[in-house]
Amino acid sequence: MSVTLTKATPAALKPAEPAPNRGLGRRIRKLNLPGGLAGWIWLAVIIIPIYYIVITSFKSQAGYFSENPLAPPSNPTLDNYRMVLEADFARYFLNSALVTAGAVLPTVLFSFMAAFAIVRGRGKFLKLVNGLFLMGLAIPLQATIIPVYLLIIRLNLYDSLLALILPSIAFGIPLTVLILANFIRDVPDELFESMRLDGCNEWQTMWRLALPLVKPAIVTVAIYNGLGVWNGFLLPLILTQSPELRVLPLALWTFQGQYSVNIPAVLASVVLTTLPILVLYIVGRRQLLSGLTAGFSK
Amino acid sequence: MSAGALTAREPAEQQLAGHHSTTGTKAQGGSLGWMVLPALLFFAVFAVLPLLGVVALSFTNWDGIGAISVAGMDNWLAVLSDPVMYNAVWLTFVIMVVSWLVQTPISLLLGTFTAGSQKYRAVLAVLYFLPLLLSSAAIAIAYKALLDPNFGLAEGLGLPFLAQDWLGQPQLVLFLVIFVIAWQFVPFHTLIYQGGVRQIPKSLYEAAEIDGAGRVKQFFYITVPQLKYTIITSSTLMVVGSLTYFDLIFVLTAGGPGNSTRILALDMYLTGFRANLMGPASVIAVILVVVGLGLALLLQRLGGKNAGGSQLEGL
Repeated sequence: MSVTLTKATPAALKPAEPAPNRGLGRRIRKLNLPGGLAGWIWLAVIIIPIYYIVITSFKSQAGYFSENPLAPPSNPTLDNYRMVLEADFARYFLNSALVTAGAVLPTVLFSFMAAFAIVRGRGKFLKLVNGLFLMGLAIPLQATIIPVYLLIIRLNLYDSLLALILPSIAFGIPLTVLILANFIRDVPDELFESMRLDGCNEWQTMWRLALPLVKPAIVTVAIYNGLGVWNGFLLPLILTQSPELRVLPLALWTFQGQYSVNIPAVLASVVLTTLPILVLYIVGRRQLLSGLTAGFSK
Repeated sequence: MSAGALTAREPAEQQLAGHHSTTGTKAQGGSLGWMVLPALLFFAVFAVLPLLGVVALSFTNWDGIGAISVAGMDNWLAVLSDPVMYNAVWLTFVIMVVSWLVQTPISLLLGTFTAGSQKYRAVLAVLYFLPLLLSSAAIAIAYKALLDPNFGLAEGLGLPFLAQDWLGQPQLVLFLVIFVIAWQFVPFHTLIYQGGVRQIPKSLYEAAEIDGAGRVKQFFYITVPQLKYTIITSSTLMVVGSLTYFDLIFVLTAGGPGNSTRILALDMYLTGFRANLMGPASVIAVILVVVGLGLALLLQRLGGKNAGGSQLEGL
């Protein structure tokens, strides 16, 4: 956008002229050979497998066996994708979406409230709760899967989407509270004070002051949790059974088991299940990347 | 991790609290306590209770369907004398340490590199993120195809030495697992380091440049020390996270060939849900929890008392 602007107005061209020089000097000064080398090698390490996955998913089985693996398909076909869609992936997609939304909304809402109370409140109880959540960060929660399985059976929730949602909320809470608390702690005291002078109680302050100010952090933790739930494998593997309740990662795994000879179709299923996330990433990339860097390396 | 972090933070919090009580902006704890209840309820029922439950279940016999009966110390004695478990602990440890050794320098270098101001570096950072969009199951499935000696990458790149039976050779499969883990997680840690590097004051580099320090010296004498807390954060996530590589390894190798990639989490799953021995599997789960907590505490020690608190705050 800025490029079009400079082109459109001739006046803007002039001040832009010394910039390349300065940029060049900067680049020479900042030349980072090992970093650059590592950067481009790593790009290859990442892109080549992804390229292979994508092109192979458009190959016919005959093409897969006869063409060079890294050559683009000579007769690109959508048959593999049709096959994946016919294997009920629309339903699995819906299941994943339901579980993800059902887990992320309560996780973020409850964590935000808890983080606000932990930052703003006082007393032994809140400190204890904070310590409990911090401990949750150090414990590999998948170690609790056997009692969770027992609990879900006893609650008569085995083989339901709710069985995936409830533990996901609990597992997401510790890190979400921690990140949100860090952001709420950064809100200047004066703002809280002015809310108080305006006669707002803490509940109103939370919604009218804290929520708008930490909105970027909320979006970040929502995406982070969402990715975790969307891609989760262990809970669906253990807590569901019926084919019609499969979520995408589990569906991928069973599809791969059934069609292990048809590699292009298997890879089409990988591409297709990643597509929605990719679209979200393209839309919310800036938000996600800046949010994650801020959230984790503050 | 938690206890130390709390003690490390306490002075600051008391100070804050004191400050607040004079200005009176901080609400009374009692009036806000209820706000943590929904989160606490979920965490208590689906994390704390199961955590206590797994200890209890480790002293019982259960096949996953029928009745639960008391087993006393039997499961513990059986698991603690089982070489498969010790092998699993060892494998978990090897994968953790080697993964850290592989991922940290690469992420640090890439993070420093992508933190640079050039536009193309930002573009690279965007592309680096792609593996994080794939689920572990998808990555494992894709790598199975990529590794095919005849129709996979080795053939495509014309690099015959890559055409190995990666998933069938016990000596090779561990390298493969560590590589795929790095492929999946280096992008995330690169991002963390990128954020960390961007927060280092420019003036430090300018001063070093005046002193005639070159890029390498600047990296080791400014970048790395300034990133101390970021390194601890990233390492903690890596180490605790390495206990949860279950999905990837389960789909990629299912613990095989033999038991050569049967890490603790997988050992727990296979014992509990495949062999239907929930009691012994619960013992393994308790060991997993103890290992996780021990590692977190150890990391905190390594980082120093203050670092622990800052690291958690820095998360």
